[in-house]
Amino acid sequence: MLASDDDILGQAEVWRRAGKGVAVATVVETWGSAPRPTGSHLVIDDEGHFLGSVSGGCVEGEVVTEAMDVISDGKPRVLEFGVADETAWRVGLSCGGRIRVYVERVD
Amino acid sequence: MRLDLLAELNAARAERRAAVLVTALEGGAQRLVRAEAIGDDALAEQIDAALRSGKSGMVEKDGSSWFLTVQVPPVRLIVIGAVHITQALAPIARLAGFDMTIVDPRTAFATPERFPDTPVIADWPETVLPPMKLDRYTAMACFTHDPKIDDPALEQALAAECFYIGALGSRKTHGKRLERLREKGFSSEQTDRIRAPIGLDIGAVTPAEIAVSVLGEIILALRKKSLRTEKPA
Repeated sequence: MLASDDDILGQAEVWRRAGKGVAVATVVETWGSAPRPTGSHLVIDDEGHFLGSVSGGCVEGEVVTEAMDVISDGKPRVLEFGVADETAWRVGLSCGGRIRVYVERVD
Repeated sequence: MRLDLLAELNAARAERRAAVLVTALEGGAQRLVRAEAIGDDALAEQIDAALRSGKSGMVEKDGSSWFLTVQVPPVRLIVIGAVHITQALAPIARLAGFDMTIVDPRTAFATPERFPDTPVIADWPETVLPPMKLDRYTAMACFTHDPKIDDPALEQALAAECFYIGALGSRKTHGKRLERLREKGFSSEQTDRIRAPIGLDIGAVTPAEIAVSVLGEIILALRKKSLRTEKPA
C-alpha cells in the first residue's frame, strides 16, 4: 500500500512518542522538472528507517544521512539538490530539476 | 518541529479540518494556524490564498520568507446506490486515492459480498449522511435514479457545497429532478452544479466505462478549480 501524507506525518508522531529521535524533511521549493511536489514529506528515525519521499528515490539516501545530523544536533538545515550543482553536491536529480529540502528535528 | 504542533496537525487531519503550518526557514520558528483562526495571523492574506489553492509553498512578506505546509482534508467520495456501476467504481476510486463510502437502503444491493473492500451502509441517505458532515472536500455521485433515495442525498450535497455532485439519469429524468429541487427551495445557480447526465462524454457504454467517465469527471472538478472557489457566488 502506498503511504499517503497522513501516514507519513502520523508515523513521525508515533516514532517520537515511542521515544525515538525523529526528523521531518519537507520539499520547500522546486524548479524545473521535480519528481515530488512542494510540501512532500520524508520522515526519518534515528535508526535510519524512513517513510515518504522527497524525490523519485534520487536523493533520499543523502537526506537520510543529513537527517541523522539534524537528529543529533537539533539544528534545522536547508538542503539543495539538482543537476545545476552537480559539482557542489554528491547527488543530483537525473530528471534535470532542482529541489530545496528543509530538514528539522521533532522536539 | 515541536511535537505538540505535529500532533495538532495530525489531529486536524483526522477531524477533516484545514490547517497551515508556518515555518521560518531562517531560525526555524513555527506556528500552526487553523483555517477558522486565519484572521488573527500576521500572514492572514498569504495563508488564506494557500488554503484556497490547497498547495504548500514559500511566501514572502516585508523581506522575510516562510514556508507554508498546507493541509486540507482528504477527499471523500460518497456514492448513493450499490449498483453495477458502483461495483466498477469502487476499485478504481480506491486506486486513485479516494476514500469511498456506499449508501443504499436496499439490502439486496448493499451487501459486503458485492463490495468486499469498500464500506457499504444499508440505510437511507437522510439517516446516514448528517453524521458524516459533508463538506467542500466531499464528492457525491448518485446512481439509483430513484427520487426517494437520490433526492435527499442531493439536497444535503448541495447544502454542504460538495465539490462534485453528479446524478445518473437521462436529460428528461434530470429535468424532473431539477423541478423537485427547485420546489424544495434550491436556486437554479445551486442546481446547475449537479453534473447530469453524469460522467465525462467519452462514449461510455458498459458499467465499468461509465465508472471511468464519472471518476474522470470527479478528478476534473477536484484538480481544475480551487475547492474553495467552488462556492456559488
